[in-house]
Amino acid sequence: MSQLQIARAAVRRPFMRRRKSCPFSGQSAPAIDYKDTKLLSRFVSERGKIVPSRITAVSAKKQREMARAIKRARFLALLPYVLK
Amino acid sequence: MPYYESVFIARQDISSAQVDQLTDQFAEIVTTGGGEIKKREYWGLRSLAYRIKKNRKGHYVLFNLEAPSAAISEMERIMRLNEDILRYLTIKVDALEEGPSVMMQAKSDRDRGRRGDRFGDRGDRGDRGDRGDRGDRGDRGDRGDRRPRDGEREEQGE
Repeated sequence: MSQLQIARAAVRRPFMRRRKSCPFSGQSAPAIDYKDTKLLSRFVSERGKIVPSRITAVSAKKQREMARAIKRARFLALLPYVLK
Repeated sequence: MPYYESVFIARQDISSAQVDQLTDQFAEIVTTGGGEIKKREYWGLRSLAYRIKKNRKGHYVLFNLEAPSAAISEMERIMRLNEDILRYLTIKVDALEEGPSVMMQAKSDRDRGRRGDRFGDRGDRGDRGDRGDRGDRGDRGDRGDRRPRDGEREEQGE
């Protein structure tokens, strides 16, 4: 029964993805820091641009904080302004 | 007194002893201005993400300070005058972080080359890959609109 329901839901919405929660909220969330280049580089595209929050599912507040951190890291040449 | 975090980048051609000397000089300016150095970290000669004044590498030094603003502006003035300083960034923070910063942690992990950590890192990278896919999904979000259009088409057919 429940299996059938799941199957039907899958048919109805072929590209439905479950809502991802913000990677910076919750208990074990990492602190946003301009010195943490390894963390920040995950939210930067291949070209070096900041990835929009609708793709990374970062909350608006954390996205602002993270954008600021990325810009600081760029100023200190820890992250590139542009790649290629 | 407010807390500050200050990072400066020194030219690649100077020796680490000279960097130490510079760091001492700035520390002295802050202490004579009535401030206190809570922590100082030398991140080493790191490669820059882009060239600054023809330099591809630079010595990074971090200060954690508790100082009056006058001492900070004096230190920044001296940094501006010094030709060995490529860049500096001073940020006012609500609280100073305890222990070594992320940069030093990453460095010590690399030095140790612990396997557990490395595996952990790889797990993170895997997540990043998924996000790349999400990038494409961004376009697919538009396709989501297509379903109503199908409905419209059906309506038109009818």
